[in-house]
Amino acid sequence: MRHYLPNTEEDLHRMLEAIGVQSIEDLFASIPEELRLTESLKLPPPLSEPELVDYMRRVAKKNGPLSTYTSFLGGGAYHHYIPAIVPSLLSRSEFMTCYTPYQPELSQGTLQSIFEYQTLICQLTGMEVSNASLYEGATALAEGVLMSNRINRRPRVLISEAVHPEYRMVLHTYCKNIGIELTTIPFDQSGSTDMGECNNLLDDHTSALVVQYPNFFGGIEPLKELTSIAHSAGSLLLVVVAEPISLGLLKPPGELGADIVTGEGQSFGNPLNYGGPYLGFIATRSTYQRNLPGRLAGQTKDHQGRGGFVLTLATREQHIRRGKATSNICTNEALCALAATIYLCALGKKGLREVAYQNIQKAAYAKELLSGLKGCRCKFEGPTFNEFVLQLDTPPEEVNRALLKERIIGGLPLKRWYPQLSDCLLMCVTEMVPKGEIDRLSAKLEELL
Amino acid sequence: MNQGRSSLVRDEKLIFELSKPGRQGYSLPKLDLSPQPLEKLLPPSYIRDDIAGFPEVSEVEVVRHFTRLSTWNYGIDTGLYPLGSCTMKYNPKVNEQVSTLEEFAISHPYQPEELSQGNLKVMKTLEEFLAEITGMDRVSLQVVAGAHGELVGLMLIRAYHDFRGEKKTKVLIPDSAHGTNPASAYFAGYQVEEIPSNSEGRIDLDHLRQVVNQEVAALMLTNPNTLGLFEEEILQIAEIIHHSGGLIYCDGANMNALMGIAKPGDMGIDVLHLNLHKTFSTPHGGGGPGGGAVAVNRALEPFLPVPLVEKGDRGYYLNYDRPNSIGKVRSFYGNFAVMVKALAYILTMGGEGLRLVSEAAVVNANYIRKKLAGIYHLPYDLPNMHEVVFSDKIQAAKGVQTIDIAKRLMDYGFHPPTIYFPLIVHGALMIEPTETESIEELDAFIEAMKSIAIEAEENPELVRSAPHLTKVSRLDEVTAARKPVLRWQP
Amino acid sequence: MYPDDCLYTKEHEWIRVKGNIGVIGITDYAQDSLGDIVFVDLPEVGERYDAGDPFGTVESVKAVSDIYTPVTGEVIEVNERLKEEPEKLNEDPYGEAWLIKTKIENPGELEGLFTAEKYAQYLKKEDAEK
Repeated sequence: MRHYLPNTEEDLHRMLEAIGVQSIEDLFASIPEELRLTESLKLPPPLSEPELVDYMRRVAKKNGPLSTYTSFLGGGAYHHYIPAIVPSLLSRSEFMTCYTPYQPELSQGTLQSIFEYQTLICQLTGMEVSNASLYEGATALAEGVLMSNRINRRPRVLISEAVHPEYRMVLHTYCKNIGIELTTIPFDQSGSTDMGECNNLLDDHTSALVVQYPNFFGGIEPLKELTSIAHSAGSLLLVVVAEPISLGLLKPPGELGADIVTGEGQSFGNPLNYGGPYLGFIATRSTYQRNLPGRLAGQTKDHQGRGGFVLTLATREQHIRRGKATSNICTNEALCALAATIYLCALGKKGLREVAYQNIQKAAYAKELLSGLKGCRCKFEGPTFNEFVLQLDTPPEEVNRALLKERIIGGLPLKRWYPQLSDCLLMCVTEMVPKGEIDRLSAKLEELL
Repeated sequence: MNQGRSSLVRDEKLIFELSKPGRQGYSLPKLDLSPQPLEKLLPPSYIRDDIAGFPEVSEVEVVRHFTRLSTWNYGIDTGLYPLGSCTMKYNPKVNEQVSTLEEFAISHPYQPEELSQGNLKVMKTLEEFLAEITGMDRVSLQVVAGAHGELVGLMLIRAYHDFRGEKKTKVLIPDSAHGTNPASAYFAGYQVEEIPSNSEGRIDLDHLRQVVNQEVAALMLTNPNTLGLFEEEILQIAEIIHHSGGLIYCDGANMNALMGIAKPGDMGIDVLHLNLHKTFSTPHGGGGPGGGAVAVNRALEPFLPVPLVEKGDRGYYLNYDRPNSIGKVRSFYGNFAVMVKALAYILTMGGEGLRLVSEAAVVNANYIRKKLAGIYHLPYDLPNMHEVVFSDKIQAAKGVQTIDIAKRLMDYGFHPPTIYFPLIVHGALMIEPTETESIEELDAFIEAMKSIAIEAEENPELVRSAPHLTKVSRLDEVTAARKPVLRWQP
Repeated sequence: MYPDDCLYTKEHEWIRVKGNIGVIGITDYAQDSLGDIVFVDLPEVGERYDAGDPFGTVESVKAVSDIYTPVTGEVIEVNERLKEEPEKLNEDPYGEAWLIKTKIENPGELEGLFTAEKYAQYLKKEDAEK
């Protein structure tokens, strides 16, 4: 561990002399005696670099031979191909080891890439302005709801049960402390938000109607109609996008009337990483831009007329507004946003559409194949993107256990969040699943059911 | 004199301006099955035409674009990055390497626990190490940044008081606190009452005794504080707050001064957060991802976010059976890949190593203080810990302000320190060198600061018009705020 | 230096009284302290405030200031021009960059305010104390 501590004993002595103290102990004199530790921290002895690598490899291997499994898991985290240039460019230390671009003259690289990221998010979602990133999809939703409340000062939020359950849990945790009331709207037998209930519940106390697109079950919510209903009550439509690859093919929420779009950008160039770090995004209309939480990069000129970028509208943020800020967020997910930016630039217009196309085609193939099996059917009618819900006659947990022995990680059992769907699995098929594996899953399921 | 210099720095347009129809930057296999017509799979009115404005560029152009952009940045690998309160220490490369081990990277958060034993071991081990380092009882890694940790810590405090049926409305925060502190308090549903620092830059105990009452849910403090000074009376402070039924939240951003030296758990702290991207060496990434931890004592443990990582007879598992938990504060479990890096760091340093880290951090900051005292004004000329705060009082007499000094430092090849924080010092320059700086790098920085002080005397205009050697000079932030341009338009 | 036809507050607002209507703005001292103004947040017409309430904010790049009304009453007009041209506050704080016009419910509240002369003295004292 000495390799991270450049100064030698001799250096330290010179420095202590220059400071004017006898020993390092003297520098800690302001700490009361009774608080000073007399024993070392009880931690394992230091590992050299090769020992560390060996240890970590062994720990990682405790996960088992994960790479030999085929996974059909989705639910807010998606296995997509990450082009080699993403990790390669990300590892440039000027991107990785710098901090927030508070000193713009030394951070034009980061600032321009944030500006490009903001633009890409706007183009994808059809909105007018995006921020520089938030933590991930669930807290992004919470920030979006808080923003909606700031805009129209109404205390109630209607949220579809077809929004990711963990997002709803986080929203609940955030809202209960500041008096925002949440009401859940059930989904109907098509797996989409129950519009009749929306109509009943929307009123002039409702700040926002929140739906997910595609929703947690992979279904395409009718945003046009939902916008209409929300706006007629004077509420905002907040659309959550947990799988933004879908926006390569789907009409963007902005074009369908959304007022705020929040979501999860992990699908763009960020590995699954057991749940994090991920990438929250938020985008809105330009009339609401001063209500946005988090950082914003803006284009400007320097005093000699040369183009450049700065963080702007900082008076919204905690370091200036403190207790009245639009959010407490400081550190966000800049490097994950950069990964997304590089990914989207590499794929471009056609590439993103191609990835989305392969996702929906493979999922459609799987959907048709599996729902044709005895003891298995699609739970919901209606179009889906790369996820769909299968209802099984055999308990899903049992099915998954058996599939695991075949090196298949089956879909996500929904029982833990949806008691009314306790016999169901959420299946996800991305471009990473070969046809052969879908066929193999079908064959195995046929045996089991 | 160590002047900043660059070799050729190329200009680079926006990626959208480089776009040309027909260019392709990706490589995907063909679809391996027969496609169905899209109109059959999606309602036609929901099929998007095109992603207007999206770039079409080749891989070469993408690589050149971002490579060139990176050359306009300055990172820790470039040189000293003395941002006070940020702990910009060296980011070990082996930590990056192990965090990208395949079994970690391809782990889906919902995969079965039997395929996640390695992941859960990482989390549990890190939690235990952080508990040992801080002297607290239990740690949650679900938070992903310092501010997130603060908010969650305050939510835990609220849950604690609610559980006991006690209504508390206020949080006390020193005027030297980081802006995230009052912002977090607001989002936790509390009113903030600011308490002034005394003439020694610390919490004023008399004032504290006056304002503390049954309404106070907590005192949020930073220790050492944002002036780099240890709150010597911390035990009395804790006693005062606890006596009236409140709790103590500690902003653990400055933990780099204390590892192996003292433990917040011994100081009467009830809950604190840690920043993995500060003290525990994970990279800042241009503004994230960070990693957080919330460490609590036994009394607050029942309220921690769910799930908690436990070890049972059959291995590690995620425990959702926590009836008094505040719920979830993030989807899934936290910034796992960041946790791997922090764990790797602690394994590399060991207990002794961490103590050497804190000692060296404090020595380095004191060295800078001693060498620059008298040249720059020290508002609190007291032994500091891992960071030191100067002000521009001496230079301001010649019309040179903190911002000018910061910009001129760039010409000398250094990233400026934190400026204008804490707010209680006019024109604050907060310098935190960290332990990973050699005496040579510190001396170079000191020489640069000395030169700038001389320039402020003899040639103030040179300083006021800095920086001169960077790709762009000072930017028009006024127009950027009056007429914000926040995206490219064709 | 400070227009005689206005009264002033400790928080650096001015009020010009015409009958039972008050025109309110911020003083030259205020705009100078803030620096280049980038944004002004004003209330809706019809909002009612008590004397001493904050009714809006003025922002520079690095700072935000609340603006307080010296009188109780309902807002009858808001200076829309400042939305597009916040810089007017730096250029003409007493004229073109008025902020709001309000009804004055209690003329008695005006008695506690500074005259131009007293405000100038107050500023001298403030500066000396710094």
